[in-house]
Amino acid sequence: MADAGSRWLGSNPSGWAVLKRNRRAMLALWFLVIVVALAIFGPLMMQDSMSQPSDAVFLAPLQKGADGVMHLCGTDVNGQDLFHRLLSGARVSLGIGLVGALVSLIIGTLYGMVAGYAGGKVDELMMRGVDILYSVPRILFIMIFIAALDSEFKGWLDALRLWGQSNAPVMESLARDLLPYSRVLVMVLAIGLIEWLTMARIVRGQVLVLREMTFVTAARAMGQSAWAILRKHLLPNLATVILTYLTLTIPAVILTESFLSFLGLGIEDPAASWGSLLKDGAQVINPIDSKWWLLAFPALLMSLTLLALNFLGDGLRDAFDPRSGGN
Amino acid sequence: MTLWTSQKAVISRLLLHCQPFHPMIRSFSGMVVFVLRRLFSSLVVMFCVASLTFLLARSMKGGPFDRDRPMPEHLKGELEAKYKLGGSLWQQYTAFIADLLRGDLRVSTKYRDWRVDELLLQKLPTSLGLGLAAFVLAAFGGVLAGAWAAMRRDTWIDFGAMFGALVAISIPAFVVGPLLIAVFGMWLGWLPIGGWGNWKQVILPAVCLAAPYLAYVARLMRNSLIEVLRSDFMRTAKAKGVGEWQALARHAMKVAILPVVSFLGPLAANLLTGSMVVESIFNIPGAGTIFVNAIQNRDVMLLVGAVIVYCGLLVFFNFIVDVAYTLLDKRIRLHG
Repeated sequence: MADAGSRWLGSNPSGWAVLKRNRRAMLALWFLVIVVALAIFGPLMMQDSMSQPSDAVFLAPLQKGADGVMHLCGTDVNGQDLFHRLLSGARVSLGIGLVGALVSLIIGTLYGMVAGYAGGKVDELMMRGVDILYSVPRILFIMIFIAALDSEFKGWLDALRLWGQSNAPVMESLARDLLPYSRVLVMVLAIGLIEWLTMARIVRGQVLVLREMTFVTAARAMGQSAWAILRKHLLPNLATVILTYLTLTIPAVILTESFLSFLGLGIEDPAASWGSLLKDGAQVINPIDSKWWLLAFPALLMSLTLLALNFLGDGLRDAFDPRSGGN
Repeated sequence: MTLWTSQKAVISRLLLHCQPFHPMIRSFSGMVVFVLRRLFSSLVVMFCVASLTFLLARSMKGGPFDRDRPMPEHLKGELEAKYKLGGSLWQQYTAFIADLLRGDLRVSTKYRDWRVDELLLQKLPTSLGLGLAAFVLAAFGGVLAGAWAAMRRDTWIDFGAMFGALVAISIPAFVVGPLLIAVFGMWLGWLPIGGWGNWKQVILPAVCLAAPYLAYVARLMRNSLIEVLRSDFMRTAKAKGVGEWQALARHAMKVAILPVVSFLGPLAANLLTGSMVVESIFNIPGAGTIFVNAIQNRDVMLLVGAVIVYCGLLVFFNFIVDVAYTLLDKRIRLHG
């Protein structure tokens, strides 16, 4: 009895328990939940007049417009409420981050799993390809890709809208709503198609370790196909690593989108993202009559969100990545 | 753009598995074979990049000669013939490749009196200068900050430096840029707010461009050095009575710096392309502006020329980094 009492009988803390004790990561998680909830429900609860252009241009924060509506973050060059623009920009930016990261996740995971499981010459060839792609200026390709496919895609959407007018009203309204975002859709695809390299490397490294384990040998001995082993046995073991790097890819994609929008190659008016709001803010800044709120609020919201995503991703990595030294 | 995601994987690959990068390098002749193979694969990459860019650029809607008013058909045909952009896409492509093999980057369709190589030669030195300043700042500053944080592990110096690094990585350059201008240019009035010419005008854009990469290098360096400080040979050094800082300089740095060296190639790539935004914030006449304008003007040949030059620089730089890496990493010979 004394022997048993002196030994520690508990199990090692699971990754989730480690994460829950990481105060920074939990704070970041709550912040992100609030931002996402605001982005989804905020614009629905505000008055319709807020999203429309008005005569009240460049109102400072907390001032009331002609119609007596208070503008929490002021108004911009067209008299649109900045708080409303920030929240609809959050929808676009976060949506782009999520979709782009998911696309890159699917490609990267598949590529990494195949390379790692195949091993040998195939692995060497596939990873050499990744190395080569790393040395190509990828952002330039995203730009060219967008310029080349944007108008094509607009044409398709327009055709879909016309077709829907007579046949399916649902498709028509969908196509009409998507039209201002057509370039963004192309951009998300381009970013996703190009950001998968790191994910592929990480997944491949994990698979190289996992495939030597006895449960994989057992599955192979039972006659399971390579594809079934990848899907049923390796993928569940990769889940936390994938989740971790998904959290870290989202801010990278958001940054890329805002980079493009800032250069004027991204989203087009009247749709907005954080990058285009920052561009608008930077255009009107001057030392004499500073309209600081147009730059300060988008910059603050975007930086805090990216910081929170990075904190959460770091916390996840410390909790789950077996190679991250921490514990 | 994918910055911080791979660092720990890289470190563990380097330090735990000791997996050599280029196992065929054993001797001088091995080095020659390595160089030749890299040269060949670089040429293949450049060829693919040039082809893809040209084909994508030519399939953009709205050619370089489309104006608001439609142009008479024969005039447009003559213009296209003059710039060798007439005929089917395949004919255009083969003519382009033939010119490229002769080293002719052709004439810009927007700035019609200028050859593409003249335009690039004029603008590129500015971008390279800015990139080099940021490169030096990011590499040396990052290594120093990371080493300091690792030596003072779990103190407020470490926490502060790593928190600052994550903040610097999270805030995009086009937020940092206007902020720097507002504080140092307008409020304090210490530095000029834009333009290019004297050394004072280099400081703000270089800091703005380097900040996130300095932070990334610092994180890389800290994690790698902590891993090395735990290793047996460092314990031996301590047992011999070698001082903390001397052990760092003579033994630990050599190994810990390897992940940073392997990041220098991607760093150069990110700095070169990242300078586009910084150039537009600080109103610097560099190659980034040319590239963005070329896309908007559908200036096909300028676009292709810029991509080829960028890609060539990156491939060359990656090659240098790989050679430096094999010279630094003694384990590669041991394994071979």
